This record gives sequence, C-alpha cells and structure tokens, in this order.
Amino acid sequence: MAASESQTATETMKLEVFRFLPDEGELPNFQTYEVPYRDDWVVLDALNYIKDEIDGTLSYRWSCRMGVCGSCGMMVNGEPKLTCSAFLRDYYPNQIKVEPLNYFPVIRDLIINMDQFIDKLGEVKTWLIPAEEKSVDEGEYLQTPAQLAKYKQYTMCINCMLCYSACPVFGQHPDFLGPAAIALGQRYNLDSRDGGADERADVLFSNEGIWECTFVGECSEVCPKNVDPAGAIQMAKVTATNDWFKGLLMPKGKKKSGGDQ
Amino acid sequence: MGSSDSTCLSHDILIVGGGGAGLRAAIAIGEENPDLTVGVISKIYPMRSHTVSAEGGAAAVIQSSDSHDHHCYDTISGADWLADQDAVETFVEEAPRELLQLEHWGCPWSRNPDGTVAVRPFGGMKIERTWYASDKTGFHMLHSLFQTAIQYDNVTRYDEWFATKLLIEDGRCQGVAAVELGTGQVRAIGGKGVIMTTGGAGRIFPFTTNAAVKTGDGMALAYRAGVALKDMEFVQYHPTGLPGTGILITEASRGEGGVLLNKNGERYLANYDLGEAVDVNDERHPVKRTMELGPRDRLSQAFELERQKGNTLQGEYGDYVHLDLRHIGEKKINKKLPFVRELCQNYVGIDPVHELIPVRPVIHYMMGGIDTDLQAATSLPGLFAAGECACVSINGANRLGSNSLTELLVFGARAARSAVRFAEQNSTINKQAITAQATQEQTRIREQFFQPGKGTETIASIRVDLNRALEQGAGIYRTEESLQTACDQVRELKERYKSVELADHSLTFNTELIAVLELGSLLDVAEAVTHSALQRRESRGSHQRSDHAERDDEQFLKHSLAYQTDGNPRIEYSDVSITRWPPGDRVYGSK
Repeated sequence: MAASESQTATETMKLEVFRFLPDEGELPNFQTYEVPYRDDWVVLDALNYIKDEIDGTLSYRWSCRMGVCGSCGMMVNGEPKLTCSAFLRDYYPNQIKVEPLNYFPVIRDLIINMDQFIDKLGEVKTWLIPAEEKSVDEGEYLQTPAQLAKYKQYTMCINCMLCYSACPVFGQHPDFLGPAAIALGQRYNLDSRDGGADERADVLFSNEGIWECTFVGECSEVCPKNVDPAGAIQMAKVTATNDWFKGLLMPKGKKKSGGDQ
Repeated sequence: MGSSDSTCLSHDILIVGGGGAGLRAAIAIGEENPDLTVGVISKIYPMRSHTVSAEGGAAAVIQSSDSHDHHCYDTISGADWLADQDAVETFVEEAPRELLQLEHWGCPWSRNPDGTVAVRPFGGMKIERTWYASDKTGFHMLHSLFQTAIQYDNVTRYDEWFATKLLIEDGRCQGVAAVELGTGQVRAIGGKGVIMTTGGAGRIFPFTTNAAVKTGDGMALAYRAGVALKDMEFVQYHPTGLPGTGILITEASRGEGGVLLNKNGERYLANYDLGEAVDVNDERHPVKRTMELGPRDRLSQAFELERQKGNTLQGEYGDYVHLDLRHIGEKKINKKLPFVRELCQNYVGIDPVHELIPVRPVIHYMMGGIDTDLQAATSLPGLFAAGECACVSINGANRLGSNSLTELLVFGARAARSAVRFAEQNSTINKQAITAQATQEQTRIREQFFQPGKGTETIASIRVDLNRALEQGAGIYRTEESLQTACDQVRELKERYKSVELADHSLTFNTELIAVLELGSLLDVAEAVTHSALQRRESRGSHQRSDHAERDDEQFLKHSLAYQTDGNPRIEYSDVSITRWPPGDRVYGSK
C-alpha cells in the first residue's frame, strides 16, 4: 500500500489556488486552503477535499481520476499536470500553487475554454479517410502489427491540453493548430488504412500548421501519455519538405504524402 | 444546426449522453440520413465520457472455431438465465459487424501477424472473442467514435449541458430541459425522438471503478417520468480493483494468464467450484471458463467468502488479495497490458513485472437500467435508451466482461434507427409548451437550490451517508435486514436532500449546482436498487441473499420493474424471454 499505516490527518499542507468568479465582477486572485496531507493523495484529492469540506464554490473539471479522461489538467507550481497523477508527496511540505492551464481563456477558477481545440480537430480532419473503399461486409482492413506500430503512439493522445499550455508558440498565436491536433493529423496520415494525407496537407502545412512550430519540444516533455507531438511535427515537416521537392521535380506525379511506404 | 427560434433549440433527434452509445447513435443518424439534424447533449466533453476507462476489450464472434451459439450460451449462462434470449441473439448476431465498422472508422485494434484483428480470452467466455486495443480498448473506441463524429455537419454538440428533466407533451417525450453550464441558463432542447445514453450509476457506492460522472442521471430522468427501471438489484462487483482508489485492473490481465492468490499464496478460487488450478507454466493455462476466467460475480463472491475465512490480507483500505502477473513477463506485459503496469506504478507504487498487485472487488457496472425493448424503445413514446443506462436485457443477473463495449455499439445504432423511424411518424414538436416547461424548470431549480438559509445539509454529507448505506446494505451479500435498513436510510437521505444548502449561487459554471443535481440522481437510482433488491428473495448472479441462498426460477425467473411513486417504489415483474436455452446450472470448471 502506498500510504503509510501510521499516518493520521494531523499533518497538513497548503494549496494556493487561482480564483476567478466572473459573476462577482472581481479580478482574479489567489486563495489559500489548508488540507490534510496524505502521501497517497494527488492534487485532485486535495481539491475535492476543499470542495467538499471547505469551499463549495471552488470550480474545476475532473472525472476518471486515473489519467485517461483528460479532464483535470492544471498548472501545478507552474507546470502543466494532470492533477489526478500529481502526488502531494512530491511537493510536501511546500505549498502547492494551482492555476488553470496556461494560454487558454479562463471561464471560471480552474476551468478553461477549450472549444477551439475541437474545431482544430475538425480542420485537421482527424478521422479515417479510407485509401481504398471497402464495405464492412468484406471484413477488416488488414494491418500488420508493424503498420499499427507506425502510428499507435499518436493515438494515445487524451486531449488533456497540457501540451498547449507548455507551448510558447501557442501562447503567442492562439490560431496555431498546436501539438495535439497536429499529432492526431499525423496519426491518420501514418495509418496504413488512410489515404487522406493530401486533404489534411492544406491545414497541416498552412501558416497556422507545422511551420509555426519552432521545435521547443516542451510539448513532448509534459505529455502524460508519451505521445511525442514534437516528434510528430518534425516528421510532418520532413514529409512536407519531401513533397515540396517532389512537387518541384515532378509537378504532375504528386504522390500521397505522409503514409508513403 | 439548431432551430432559428432563439427560445427553443430543437433537432430531429436528440441524444442525451456523449459516450460510446451516444456517439454511435449520432454517427448512425449521420450515415443513414444526413438531412436529419442531431443534437448531442453531454454534461462533459464527449471524449471525457466513462467509456474512455474501459480497458479489456469488446466481444464479438470472429474466429472460425467460434459460433454465435457459443457466444449466446456464454452470455446467457453468465447472466444466470436472466438475460432475454431474443435480445442476446440479436446482440451476438450484430456484434461482429459493429466492431468491424469501428475498424473501418479507424479504431486501432490489436492485430495478428497476418494483419487480421486479434482476440483474447475473457472471463466466462468459452472461446477467445474479445477484440482489444492493448488494454485501452474503451479509450480507443471512444476517441475513434468522437473523431469520426466530428465530420458530420448535421450533428450539433451541446458540450457541458446538463439535462434536468424530460419534456413530455401530448404523451410523447419531445425533448429535455438542460442547464448550460457556462451560463447557468435552463433551456428547452426539442427532439422528435430522444435517446438516453447517459451511462451507469456506480457512484451510489463509495468504492467503484466508475468515474465521478457516473451518477445515473438518465436513469433518474426516465424513472421520474414514469418509465420503469429494470433489474436494478443487479450490480456488478469487478473482482480486481486497486484498494483505496478503486482503479480498475482489467480482466484482460487474467485473460493473459494472471492469477489470484490469497494471503498464503494459494489460488483460492479452486475452493469455490471454479475448477482446478492448472499450473501457470502449463500450456493449457489459462483454461477458459474456469478459475480466474470464471465470471465476475462468482469471483467477487469467492473473495468475500475467503475474507470471512481470514485468508485475505489486511490493508489501510480494507481487505485484499494479490493478482500475480509476474510469470507473464515484461515483454508481454508491455505489449498487452501497458496501462495496467502504468496504473500500478503510478497509484500503488509497484511494478507488476516483479511484484504482486493488491486487488479487491469493486463496484463496476449496473446490469439494470431503463427498461427497453429490442428496438431500444421505452414505454414512453419518443424515448429510447442504450448502453449502460438501459436494460434490454442482454446482461441479466451478471454481465460478462467485454460484452458492454459491444452492447453500446449494437444498441446505440439500434436506438438511432428506432428514433429516426419514430421521428418520421411524429414530426412536430410543441415548442411553445416545452419552452414553458423549461422556464418552470429553471424556476424550480433556482427556488430549490439558490435560496439562502434553507437548510444545513451539505452535498458531501448526504453523499457519504448514501455511499455507506449502499455498501453496508446492498453489497456482495445481502439480507432482508440489511436491505430494509438501506431502503430506510435512502428514504431519510431523500428527506435531508430537501434541505441542502449550496455555497455557490453563481450562474457561470456552477459545479456545485451540477453536483447537487447529480446527488438527486444518485438518490433516485439508489432507491430503485435497494427496493428491487429487497423484493427479490432469491440468489441469482450478482444478487446474493444470505437469507435466500438458492436461485428460485419459479418465482423469480423474472425481470423486476421499479416504478417511482410518492412513497416507496412499486416493484412489478415481467417475463424473461427464453428461446433456445432453458434455465440450467452455471458450470465453471467443475462437474
């Protein structure tokens, strides 16, 4: 068991939490709460304790508490984290500062507006555009484990937005497609069943697409699922450059980009 | 897009719930008739839905050595004969096509070397038929469905809207009233056909694999509107959750060969009529439909009996046993169970490649739900339901692992087709009337929850007491006395609920308001669960009565139907459909 057995609730810890209540017409501020310290608690447990026992007005999103639904991303001591996976013991006995994810508009307290991200998924066409039409009655598209391995890493994105709030480019240019949307575009481009790379190229290779990325690499650093969006962007740049050269050399022999194999 | 009438949003089909079943339904409508408009209301962004947490896989016959009859028999015997056999046959028949369809939509199913879809063994299944995407199957299914759904222009999403009431006019469900979280406004959203896909209600219990959002909202909405909740006494304990958090360790870990050990290191399941313990290095291991691959109800009950014998270990979060995966080896664990390894490392600080995983039974799934027929229709015209919130029933008294992910596809699609047919014949929405109802609903909510000084009760105190009442009264083993106590406690809690005082009276993203509405759902669902369990004086599947230890087909080979009244719910019964499999013994390994 993670928690030591002799532990009681006598030890406490302080959380300094960002508050913004638009209804009150007040400017954003910080509120400090004291919570019991337990070494198997995560930051989310502490927030739930505050909500249940101290201050019912504190607002934040959460759901699965096991690192897969992607709801509970926040800045914890300045770093984007899933609060369900950030243990108090890694900060104790120091105070923890909890803020909404960087670079997103704040709706209230720790809740950000991420509607734009879903619009970006639509622009990138994050769905399978079959390379070859096949009816369901004809069975599955064959895909070897090696073909699956080519794109599998990029399917692991939980849309938690940590990569966006680590990305200085997104911070300056909110229209930048951003790490997760580009990685998901690449996820389909690299899927052996997909033939939609050309349709995605306009958006992925646009001014708001991959070329905005200055390869800071922070996105991959903070990704809780090791998706490596920075790698996806680099790979897309190489593909785009190759295609551009191919386009120069043989303008009419335009080949499928991305998933060429 | 929604109606141009700014006071009443409306669509041809309205779906409440954005998880697997809801998204499958939305896509089905997009595919079948792009001229129809669809609204999808979800209290969270759809990709956050609890489908995301499903790990092990989705069942459908695909191997030539398998057959529909095998899948039917496994499901029906697993259900302790309470499943409707016509529903099971339909489900089994449509299952492979649904999973193939998902493959065509990009789901990254794990593969065999030849590129065909791979399957793994699962509890209670005689033959391997569980499709999987490593051990994040629900996650991949949900994201594939969500990303596929984005492309349909006729689908409008109402992300972060919470439905509070079914709007019924002329005897038909014509939409819902819903709070827009961002603004706190209650709006009417009309639909000629309305589909509930809101998931289960594991949060009535304290210790559950279920996400915070699993509060039975859709079940409660239907129940309040006079629709029966069916077979609610059947609540599944999954045998392997992490103590404390309740995080799920998938059954696939046993499908891949993991074994359960008591405090003496013995494979104790061998003592509970689940077959013999074949050595883990024997090539026959794991033997399907035996031991660790028995059904979930039997394994959870074995844990409880083993606990009573003093053979479990004691920890800070109660008793537990060990799940041993060490013999599976690092390579296979990384390939097939990487999420299990990650969860164990993050949440209990152990590495299952080298260490034993502490596990105990944990509330996982509601077999019961909104009473529907094979077409996913409820008794309320215009209202359909699918997925965990519904009860068709294919799961009867105990669901087999990996049937539920498939169920939400099969019946999500069926609900969509039924709703479309209904909408064709009922093409009007009384917008004026439902708008007036929504206005009243807004007034009711604000009067009930936004009036300072009304009471002293807090959400947390009622929720904690509710959780305790259910755990103590309606757990793995139940008695007349424990259930009567739970019924009484739920009733008291419903009284206390009337004097909840909220700290938060603001309109912008008031999560405390949502929490109190969810608590209302939990109380209604708990009422149906405890009363249905009290009335079922037999033991069947997940419903075990210490005071009525035997299955009683004569009296109780029946579905229970709980109807809400002003007092205790009225419990009625309906027949179980038996087609080709007369009730028999459930045999797992022995005999």
